[in-house]
Order: sequence, then structure tokens, then C-alpha cells
Amino acid sequence: MIYLELFWAFVQIGLFSIGGGYAAMPLIQQQVVDVHPWLTMTQFADVMAIAEMTPGPVAINSATFVGIQVGGLPGALVATAGCVLPACVIVLTLAWVYYRFRGLTLVQGILAALRPAVVAMIASAGLSLLILAVYGQRTLPADLTAIDWVAAAIFLTALVVLRKWKVNPLYIMGGSAAAGVLLYLVCG
Amino acid sequence: MSGKKPYGQLFFSMLRLSACTFGGGFVIIPLMRKRFVQELGWLEEQEMLDLTAIAQSSPGAVAVNAAILVGYRVAGPAGAALAILGSVLPPLVIISVISLFYRAFRSNSIVNFAMMGLLAGVAAVILDVVATLAQGIFRQKRLLPVVVLLAAFIAVRFFSVNIVLVILLCGAVGAADTLWRGRKEAEK
Repeated sequence: MIYLELFWAFVQIGLFSIGGGYAAMPLIQQQVVDVHPWLTMTQFADVMAIAEMTPGPVAINSATFVGIQVGGLPGALVATAGCVLPACVIVLTLAWVYYRFRGLTLVQGILAALRPAVVAMIASAGLSLLILAVYGQRTLPADLTAIDWVAAAIFLTALVVLRKWKVNPLYIMGGSAAAGVLLYLVCG
Repeated sequence: MSGKKPYGQLFFSMLRLSACTFGGGFVIIPLMRKRFVQELGWLEEQEMLDLTAIAQSSPGAVAVNAAILVGYRVAGPAGAALAILGSVLPPLVIISVISLFYRAFRSNSIVNFAMMGLLAGVAAVILDVVATLAQGIFRQKRLLPVVVLLAAFIAVRFFSVNIVLVILLCGAVGAADTLWRGRKEAEK
């Protein structure tokens, strides 16, 4: 029963991918390339590239893609549902605990120490993205001057506009994409 | 269905935000902050950070987890279900369509240029919200949050420490700090 297999494979992916996006990739590969013969390695690489180019979480994107390839639209729905289910149960449980106990002094102390840690994690993710944007790879290159100046210019402009005028981030993102097309066509 | 709970607003907000989460789940945090904290006033700033901590340390995609939490907070379990639907629908539709011609999409240079510009813009959006949140933490004028912020950043950035471990450790530090200060006050 292919739908059941799809569902179960993506339940496992959803359950064991903690920390989002890129942490999920090896897990997805294991399930859809190694355990099940659903995608070839080349197809998998394509899916990951497309998942990065389209909105939405990598895990959901790959669930949809694999689901369609294996079982059409119903396959996509089943795989996506499987992917979301574990998170749903665990997150709702934690949410219930949070709202039930957040008034307690001890819990407030714990949360007060968690908030700076969360900011640190967002900062780290933002920095990784910046490196990817201006160097075209996930880690800093040996030659730090090998900067993509177009991307750097877009980043700086976007940051200044955001800090100064508090523009809606959605407009900034749309503007950056448009600027990318224009500038790379002209400069590239 | 538009009783006193804002189901429609919740669903369409999620739909719009999810259609714009490029570059990994973290961009959903500044987008949700803009929409739900600043525009609609459904959440407080601190609450948003707490929910981010939960979304981060649970399995699954950060963006979907955050959507579940906001939905639950605003309109209970039904709200959570609607929020999931809203955040899963855009990637489902977009990937379904793209899977039909994904090789052409992948190698299209206009799409690539837009993506490169967009990544730089997303990095700016994320680092902008980090700057705002970090300011709030430094303004508390307490040593502990600043130390936690820096230590968590170094741990995640340079030593790739597991995110759940960081959350647990910081929570323990917060608990110890609260108990210690409580005892000191009792002695007075």
C-alpha cells in the first residue's frame, strides 16, 4: 500500500527533523532514496534545489514533490499530512504546558533565559543566509574578498531601508528579488 | 464561521506569510512579528519569542510549528488546524505545479537571479529583527541575558551544538538564577 508507506516515511521525517530545514535533508535522503526507491540521487538533488528556490519548509516541499512522483496528488496530500502530524501533536502539547504554567515565577525565570538564546539562534541562521547570499556557499570561503557585490549591495540597501523606515518585510523581499533580476542582468 | 474568533484573518494571514517564507523557516519570525505582534496585536513581543523557542525545539519545520502555535493561541485547536492548512497550502500548490516542469524551472536564469537577490533580502529581514530583539535584551541592563545571548550564539555558530541542548541548558540556567534570587530575597 503505497500511500501508507508514504505517510509513514514522512511521519518519521517530521518526527526526527529538529531545528528545521537543512537538518532534515539527510533524513529525507535516507527515507526517499535509500530506504524506498522513490527518487534517484540526481532527482533528490533537484528536489533540494527546488525546495530552496520555492517558499515553504524544505520538508513540506519534498513531501509534496515525492508524493506527486510516487502517488499523484493524493500521494502529495498523504505525505504532507504525515510530515506535519508529529509536530502538531508535540507542539500543541508544549503550547498547552506553556500557557498553563507561564505565570509561575520559576517558569518565567526559565523563559527569561530562553529568550536571549532564541535571539542568538535567529542571529546565527541570519548570518548563515548572509554568507550564502554574498559568497554563494554555506561556509566562509578562504578568500573573503570573493564577494558577490550585487548581493552585498542588495543586502545593505535592504537593511538600511528596514532599520530606517520599518518597511513591511514582504515588500523588502519582493524588491530584493526584482533588484536581483535587474542588477544581475545588467552587471552579469 | 466568522464568530468572535478571527478564523478568516488567521487563515489568510498564514497563507500569505507561508507563500513568502523563502530561505529557511526563520524568515517566518520577522514576518509573523510584523503581522501578529505589530499589525493585529494578537501576541506580545515576549510571547512571540517564547513561541519561537517552542517552535525551534520541537520536531518538524519551524515555520509550520510557529503557525500551529499562533493559531492555537488565537483560536484554540480549530485555529491551529486552520493555521496548518494555511501554511501548508502554498508550498503544496507551488511544488505540485513546478514538479511538472522542474528541470526548466531550475535552469532558468531569471528565476536564479531573482533567487539570489531574494536571499540577500531575506538575510537583511532576519538580521533586522535580530537587531531589534537584541536591543530589547541589552536594554534590560542585566548581565545574565547578555551572557546567555553571546554564549548561545557561539555554541550554535561555531560549535554547531544541538539546538534542543542549547534550549535545555539555557532553561536550566534560568531556573537556577530564579531559585537563587528567590532564596536571596527570602534571606533579607
